[in-house]
Amino acid sequence: MSTAPTIDYEKIKGVHKIPLEELYTSGHRTCQGCESATTMRGFIKVAGSRTVVTGATGCMYVANTSYLTTPWIVPWMHTQLGAGGSSAVGMAAGLRALKRKGKIKDEKINVINFSGDLGAGDMGIGGISAALQSDYDLLIIMYDNESAANTDIQATGLTTYGAQTTFTPPGTKHPIMQRRWKKNVAGMLAVGHPTCRYVATACATFPPTDYLNKVRKALSIGGPTFIHTYDPCPKGWDYHPRYSNELGEFGIKSGLYPLYEIVEGNVIYTWDARKTGKGRIPVKDFLTKQGRFDHLKEEHFTHIQKMVDEMWDEWEIPGVAPIKGILKARI
Amino acid sequence: MSVAVAQAKSDQSGVYEREDLLNGCQAVAQGVRLADVDVIAAYPIRPYTEVMDALSKLIADGQFDAEYIIADSEHSQFEIVKHASSVNARAFGGSSGTGWMYGMEALVVTATDRLPPLFVVGNRALDDPGAFGVEHNDAMAVRDMGWLLCWVTTPQEALEHVLIGYRIAEDKKVRMPMGLAMDGAFLTHSQHMVKIPSVAAAKQFLPQYDLAERRLHPDNPISVAPQINEDWVMELRRQNWEAAKRARGVIKDAYKEFNNVFGSRYTEPYYFEEFMTDDAETVLIGVGTVAAPARTAVKRLREKGQKVGYVNLRWFRPFPTVELRDCLSRFKAVGVVDRDFAHGSPDNGGILMHEIRSCLYPAKQRPAIANFMGGLGGRDLSIADAQKMYDITQQAAKKDSMDGFVTWIGLRE
Ligand SMILES: Cc1ncc(C[n+]2csc(CCOP(=O)(O)OP(=O)(O)O)c2C)c(N)n1
Ligand code: SF4
Repeated sequence: MSTAPTIDYEKIKGVHKIPLEELYTSGHRTCQGCESATTMRGFIKVAGSRTVVTGATGCMYVANTSYLTTPWIVPWMHTQLGAGGSSAVGMAAGLRALKRKGKIKDEKINVINFSGDLGAGDMGIGGISAALQSDYDLLIIMYDNESAANTDIQATGLTTYGAQTTFTPPGTKHPIMQRRWKKNVAGMLAVGHPTCRYVATACATFPPTDYLNKVRKALSIGGPTFIHTYDPCPKGWDYHPRYSNELGEFGIKSGLYPLYEIVEGNVIYTWDARKTGKGRIPVKDFLTKQGRFDHLKEEHFTHIQKMVDEMWDEWEIPGVAPIKGILKARI
Repeated sequence: MSVAVAQAKSDQSGVYEREDLLNGCQAVAQGVRLADVDVIAAYPIRPYTEVMDALSKLIADGQFDAEYIIADSEHSQFEIVKHASSVNARAFGGSSGTGWMYGMEALVVTATDRLPPLFVVGNRALDDPGAFGVEHNDAMAVRDMGWLLCWVTTPQEALEHVLIGYRIAEDKKVRMPMGLAMDGAFLTHSQHMVKIPSVAAAKQFLPQYDLAERRLHPDNPISVAPQINEDWVMELRRQNWEAAKRARGVIKDAYKEFNNVFGSRYTEPYYFEEFMTDDAETVLIGVGTVAAPARTAVKRLREKGQKVGYVNLRWFRPFPTVELRDCLSRFKAVGVVDRDFAHGSPDNGGILMHEIRSCLYPAKQRPAIANFMGGLGGRDLSIADAQKMYDITQQAAKKDSMDGFVTWIGLRE
């Protein structure tokens, strides 16, 4: 193992304390209001320049990194759609060997991969699982716009139930084609990898600085770590770009997207409606703000609400938080 | 030009550490140790797996120091190797048969990213049906992807081509991934006495890996493989081609330097080796362990006064077009032995044959061509088979027609 010290990052208290330096800059052509781009910009701001980044195929590759221009001030390399985990392992292993053998200076270098929900949550999940079993210092960020956005909005294993995508259009016989419940990637990865000391879900803009501090925490804790971010996408979700930030917040407040971190096996909710006293907002209020749910009828909203309630009341985060049904039965 | 393998320099010279009984896989592992590889990624599939078995033991015993990663699939394995290579670590991987195909996406981008790790392919048939025996379609699948690709015929060559391979692949003028192919079972698992170079000699021959301006490190903040749409693909493909062209020269230089350090083991033109061809009229040509029965058959037929010889093609990519054309156009007839099959190809024969026929087209004097599909899926190619192939090839020289020249050897009909 490298003898390089882990970076002890300072916690960011308030938006005015966010570093000013941009390491993901101009030169990209993501859509207006692209929350995934905010996610990119955020993680590298707080990680700093002693970082190497790999980015899987997807919007954050194609719309960001056009030949003869690059928004990345840090070293960056494209990686294949399903290779997020293995790209990080390869780089971390290479750097560790070179440091140990004295071929490069022994210092802490962050290795960060970002992959989309299709790349990381479906195709690349095997490689990410293996990466989280390793003892390398690496962080994988799965940015989740709930679609294969780059190939023009197809459903993935993380698309919200009922959503319209080009693979799941509403029809006269089947009003809903996306009948899969969102895959619980963070929970699945947290429960299955004892060597992984930090897993979190986050949203780039809500609550303020929460995401940035989660990135810092992951990098400070070291070892293989994983963050799942929730990234509204104006093109795929069909809403005016000005509402991106609010939509992230609504997704969390409706309870569709639980916000938590798991530090050494302990689950900490970083947004918990049960503690605000106000309760969760109705999922319908969130869904009706997006064109992709235009085709849903009252019965569908009711069904989704029932599923969300059940998730929070009965099973929360399977495998991570206690499965309450089972606990009750035992007691 | 018959081959004269000179005696290697004596062990007192310090060039060799010792001699040991090793199979092809174990020999490759020794080569990887001597190349001071930094990152190794493993995933099991017969018959190449034993390379990784041997490497993990070397590491476990402290005989050399590398990151050893057990990957979750070939795709991950090859991506690990590729990305390790991008941060300037010397990296090693390998596979066989369907495993090689499973990781194909990563193999392709290793070449287009112009990274130079070395991969061993223990050739194996492609499933279904589950077959472990040697067939060359697996390695051949990278032939159009911007790879260096060569076949070795003995464990000694296998070890040496790890060093030679890295040296060529990493050369600034080349920077292409290196495929080191060896026949499953016949070479991966047959033992020979192998002279193992000393660490000092290996170091003298193989310079440190240096990606220089292309390495990923915070001190060198570059963007690698940004998205290009249709604007620049032509130019990039052409650059790959230029690299392959330059590789031809680098290959020659590497062998010359190898001979300098280790004694004259390899003869010109290095891309291939001729055996008893001086006054030959008919030759067979093949890759890998076809050499063994073919050479023995040559000796026996020579005793009967027949003018036959064998050409062992070592380098398949880049293809040694000019040298091979000069060589083969000296003969009346050439029999190409393919341990692969080009399904639905113009002549319904093998890949090697199509390449060789194409290479011979501009020759002033074109030899007659016979093609043999043999040893597919690990079926034995015997000395008797080789003698039969020489017979058919000699007949081909007397025929007017160029059609119907593909023969399946040993097929149950
Ligand atoms: C092996 C492979 N299959 C398919 C594709 C085509 N492809 C490119 S980007 C993409 C979508 C990626 O979706 P996601 O990971 O969710 O990222 P996003 O586009 O949403 O940012 C697909 C399917 C590919 N590049 N590679
Ligand atoms: S399609 Fe969505 S994810 Fe892609 S750039 Fe536009 S907003 Fe961002």
